[in-house]
Amino acid sequence: MILPGNTSCQGCPISLAMRCLDEIENPVLVIPAGCSTVVAGLHPNSAMKIPVIHVPFASTNAVACGVKKAYDQLGIKANVIAWMGDGAADIGFATLSASAVRKDDLITIVVDNEAYMNTGTQASLSTFWKAKTTTSPKGKGDERRNLALIMIAHKADYVATATVGYIEDLRRKFRKAGEMSGFRFIHLHSPCPPGWRFPSEKTIEIARKAVASGAWALFEYHQGRLRFSPVGRRYVEKENRIPLADYLKSQGRFEHLSVEEIEELEKVIEEEWKILRKLSTD
Amino acid sequence: MWDLQGDLQTEGYRNGSRIRVLLTSNEAIAEAVRIARPEVIAAYPITPQSPIVERLANMIARGELNASFVRVESEHSAMAVIHGAATAGARVFTATSSHGLAYMYEMCWWIAGSRLPAVMAVVTRSIGAPWNIHGDHTDIVLLRDAGWIIGMAENAQEAFDMTLQAFYVSEEVNIPFAVGIDAFTMSHTAEVVELWNPRLPERKQAYRVLPMDKFAVNAVTMGKARMKARYDLALDLENSANVIERTDKDFGNHGGLVEKYRLEDADYAVVMMGGWCGDAKDAIDALREEGYKIGLLRLRFLRPFPKKAVKELGGDVLVVDRSNSDLRGVLGIEVSACGIEARNLVAGIGGVDVGVEEFYKIFKKFVDNKIDLGWYL
Ligand SMILES: Cc1ncc(C[n+]2csc(CCOP(=O)(O)OP(=O)(O)O)c2C)c(N)n1
Ligand SMILES: [Mg+2]
Repeated sequence: MILPGNTSCQGCPISLAMRCLDEIENPVLVIPAGCSTVVAGLHPNSAMKIPVIHVPFASTNAVACGVKKAYDQLGIKANVIAWMGDGAADIGFATLSASAVRKDDLITIVVDNEAYMNTGTQASLSTFWKAKTTTSPKGKGDERRNLALIMIAHKADYVATATVGYIEDLRRKFRKAGEMSGFRFIHLHSPCPPGWRFPSEKTIEIARKAVASGAWALFEYHQGRLRFSPVGRRYVEKENRIPLADYLKSQGRFEHLSVEEIEELEKVIEEEWKILRKLSTD
Repeated sequence: MWDLQGDLQTEGYRNGSRIRVLLTSNEAIAEAVRIARPEVIAAYPITPQSPIVERLANMIARGELNASFVRVESEHSAMAVIHGAATAGARVFTATSSHGLAYMYEMCWWIAGSRLPAVMAVVTRSIGAPWNIHGDHTDIVLLRDAGWIIGMAENAQEAFDMTLQAFYVSEEVNIPFAVGIDAFTMSHTAEVVELWNPRLPERKQAYRVLPMDKFAVNAVTMGKARMKARYDLALDLENSANVIERTDKDFGNHGGLVEKYRLEDADYAVVMMGGWCGDAKDAIDALREEGYKIGLLRLRFLRPFPKKAVKELGGDVLVVDRSNSDLRGVLGIEVSACGIEARNLVAGIGGVDVGVEEFYKIFKKFVDNKIDLGWYL
């Protein structure tokens, strides 16, 4: 799906995730401004083996909707994919919401690296609590928001969280989304070496630590059922998790955190898990 | 609401004959869109545009028009949806006004830069602050630098004809086309309109994106690529004048880029655009009767700008604007950029009514050499 020698940074989770798009048949990618724009290739080249429509930052789901509606009218089969960063989900939030409410027949994939990376690591609404970014130099005060839960509240046809740390699980979710119809949403955790400040060979390791520490929950929602994904299921119980500090302290953006702050964060994370456990049908 | 469906199905109508009905310019545009048969329509309500898309939604609901109507949450998304649909090869339409146009502005640049054919009706209305829902041209001039063809009709008939021509021209030159009409005085005022079907060709466009194509559109450019694309667009926009002029006779014979009204022997020329030109013509008739050699150059298009017709103007020139940039009007600036030393009056902002009597007074002052630059307040 994506050619080697592309313009991504070393250890980039985006190019890793893009490789997995071969699970989806007849894909047409719609990509707004962000690192994915660059990774997909600079004119006149394209790093992708599939069609790519580059679009303005806030417009992804609306353009994707238009593409799909036109294909439907013209009798053309396709899996239109709105592939965006967490920042594009911020600025395109109303558009994403409208698309979900309309049940647009497309796959939305939010590649969440927890900041506006392409413009130099400014804080987004997804930026982890207390993480340092260039616009939160003392650590971000606000909590991150949970896009997947918001999409469940929209009664989306399929909602999944995934991570580049577990590629098999990620591929399965891409495949599943590709085989379905309706509004499909995948929130993809994507640790970013330069943005989070960790060595580029550690992307997978950090991504797995996020899951093992409970910082990133893996689940699927389909036909009214929320189920934890097998690879992450044991971390639903707090006692099975690694200490949150193991995850946070392997990243420069959390260097400044005190033991007390990390304990505070553990509580906040546990609150999120409480909601998920309540919703789960496992 | 008029139910034109029956009439539109008649054999005679399909064979190019005409039916006469009473329609507002909003309704006339919706009827033209029905005939153009777009596949995807997306729009967001705003006064005074809403009746256009409401009428289209009704046609679709009643099965008279086979289009997808996408109810979006904003004008930015309305333009984004038709941008996507056009990329995939569909004939597309949207409509907006004022704040809606400002809100979708980013997307207007993208659809033009992408060289996608598309048609949008702009029911021109003041932009805040303060709030004002009435007519002027401050919104449509926003589009001026975005790379669109921008027409401005004078009456419901022209609104109908221009909308059909818009689909044709846009798809011929791969440039989006905005059809302007004035708020209320046109959008909500009924006139007799002759409806007819010019039988547009099938949708055509320079490219479209299909599944399995290994094709990226609008990727990051470096070096001269973006400048070259911008130059090509500017050049093709300029040359679209030829297509507009050539097909004018097929779309109502309104004069091409301009309408020249009593200009042949005029010592005084007024330059204006939009619905109020009807009143200006009455005032000119009155002055002609008094022996003043005055005429009107009605700009039917802001882009491509009718430079040739403006440059040919002899004698004294007065530009009456419904939008401004600094103290000058936007048309005033455009006309002076053609090397014409024009006087310039800004009037009718925020729906301030300027009728035949006012135009008579204004033009009288002009021929008496008493207007230079000013605001008609
Ligand atoms: C309307 C608008 N505002 C701002 C920008 C500048 N901009 C481009 S990419 C970007 C951040 C992208 O962040 P995200 O969506 O998270 O993608 P990432 O680069 O992190 O993968 C911003 C702010 C823009 N292109 N358009
Ligand atoms: Mg990001």
